[in-house]
Amino acid sequence: MTVAATTGKTFAQKAIERASGVPDVQPGQIVDVYPDVYMSHTASWRCIRTLEKMGITELCDKDRIAMVMDHIAPAVTAKNAADHKLCREFAQRMGIKNFWDVNAGIAHIVLMENGLIRPGQFVIGTDSHSTIYGALGAFGTGVGFSEITAAWVTGKLWAKVPESVRVEISGPLPAGTYPKDVMLKLIGDLGADGLTYCSAEFGGSYTRTLSVSERMTFCNLAMEMGAKNAYVQPDEATVRYLDEAGVPHDGYEVLLPDADATYRQRIEVDGAALAPQVSVPHTVDNVVPVDDVAGTRLDQVFIGSCANAKYDDLEIAAGVLAGRHVASHVRLIVTPASAAVMSKAAETGVLTTLVQAGALITNPGCGACAGNGGVMADGERTLSTANRNFRGRMGSYESEIFLGSPATAAASAIRGVITNPRDVMAENPEIAAVTGTTGGTA
Amino acid sequence: MSPASENKGGTAILFGDNIDTDVIIPGRYLVSIDPAELAEHAFEPLGEQVQQRLRQARVVVAGRNFGCGSAREQAASALTGAGVQAVVAVSFARVFFRNAINTGLIAIECPDAVATVKDGDDVQVDIDTGTVTTPAGQFGFPPYPEALRGILADGGLIPHLMRSYA
Repeated sequence: MTVAATTGKTFAQKAIERASGVPDVQPGQIVDVYPDVYMSHTASWRCIRTLEKMGITELCDKDRIAMVMDHIAPAVTAKNAADHKLCREFAQRMGIKNFWDVNAGIAHIVLMENGLIRPGQFVIGTDSHSTIYGALGAFGTGVGFSEITAAWVTGKLWAKVPESVRVEISGPLPAGTYPKDVMLKLIGDLGADGLTYCSAEFGGSYTRTLSVSERMTFCNLAMEMGAKNAYVQPDEATVRYLDEAGVPHDGYEVLLPDADATYRQRIEVDGAALAPQVSVPHTVDNVVPVDDVAGTRLDQVFIGSCANAKYDDLEIAAGVLAGRHVASHVRLIVTPASAAVMSKAAETGVLTTLVQAGALITNPGCGACAGNGGVMADGERTLSTANRNFRGRMGSYESEIFLGSPATAAASAIRGVITNPRDVMAENPEIAAVTGTTGGTA
Repeated sequence: MSPASENKGGTAILFGDNIDTDVIIPGRYLVSIDPAELAEHAFEPLGEQVQQRLRQARVVVAGRNFGCGSAREQAASALTGAGVQAVVAVSFARVFFRNAINTGLIAIECPDAVATVKDGDDVQVDIDTGTVTTPAGQFGFPPYPEALRGILADGGLIPHLMRSYA
């Protein structure tokens, strides 16, 4: 691997150079990186138990550790409660200041809202959707709990430099379509392994109009094509988000890909031609236009997860549900991504709209996406705004999960069958005007 | 003797493409990290017959994108708990590949070998010579980088780390 750096570098090359201290890294090269943040969610107890088994009591850098009790929150069993207690007491004993308890929400969202994730950083997490940190221009990637434990002790882990794929998305999107639809279409086209081991860089005229929250949906779902990490170039929207998160302007280094960087592939997506999309059971890449499955009877609708339960997602759902009611045979479960999202939705009336429409609002966290609360019986169907529809993920192995946007979820909850959100919005043009735009909310 | 330097293998259990981690080990069982306990529930969504065949198997042979989905390390340790010594696939999802190495489970990409294997065949893997042997013949694969060999040789990341701290 001695290819001279005569061409420009991708974001991934620059991020790994920064995190490893090794100059001019090339795709395929394996180096040791020193991550800025080691995130562990409810799985933290596994790391602590592993550390105990190793007999090690010294941590490399406790300030890089971030723990969030999100996957099973609050505890459902005495074992969960004991796991949480172990984490809570460990954090206190070791002086880990970045600890969030069961009231905080989904780790990814909580870390970004609290200014822990910054452009240019290398972040590892015990969660495959750690690719989401690319929404702020950071290199985020998922690892197992042994690797987080090892990072606690050594501060490092091995990383292979990925090839990069550039995805250019043009806009504007038609009414009734959203970042979720863009990604489902892309996942359907490229397949569940279409970006395996790649760094997915999102650009193009549409991407540039997106809020950081909408970029999170992009970077989160890149994982469902096997991406190692994802990236959207930081801009004014990023700076505004970081300002709100209390990150000082000199607290980060923006890494931009060079114009002449080498990409394995360049993909162009024509956003203007998009229709609402749905993933059908039992793989995320099993994608069809919503009209192909419209009319499929549902038992439950779930608006939640790190993909689509941020404030703007809830606002879109509330826009569709305002003045309407969930079908009598459907359970609509709404799980805000974080306490901050929930608080804002309470302030603006979004929560009231949802409750009046018949939604069940749960505490913030992973909730039904991780199969905790809102599980299904044999033969039942859920339409979910989450990122996975694998068999048995939400209860019975004989149940089915469909994936769609918050607007598709809300429209489907009203009709009780899978519904194109445009059909519901068409009934009330004012709603279409409110929810058909993108990029308007933080 | 280093555990990774021997021939690994035996009866193969065959899977198709995109076997996800929720199928390998459902989320409801992640309250455990004990490989033997996890193994009891490995592939539970696919039914009892598959689970019985798994218990006889020493090698998992699979298509594209094996282990896609969650970062749960238990997807790898549930297999080792069931007595699986190696996974030979057309390709792996990256987190599963890392988790396999880190739990001492051999994970080899060898599409040519996979194409010849029938369920129940004897499949042997030798990571020193870089070969997979199936009833149809011998197939090569690129050797592991040194860093990964070291982890595998010690039986996983944590034992590897403990050795360097010993």
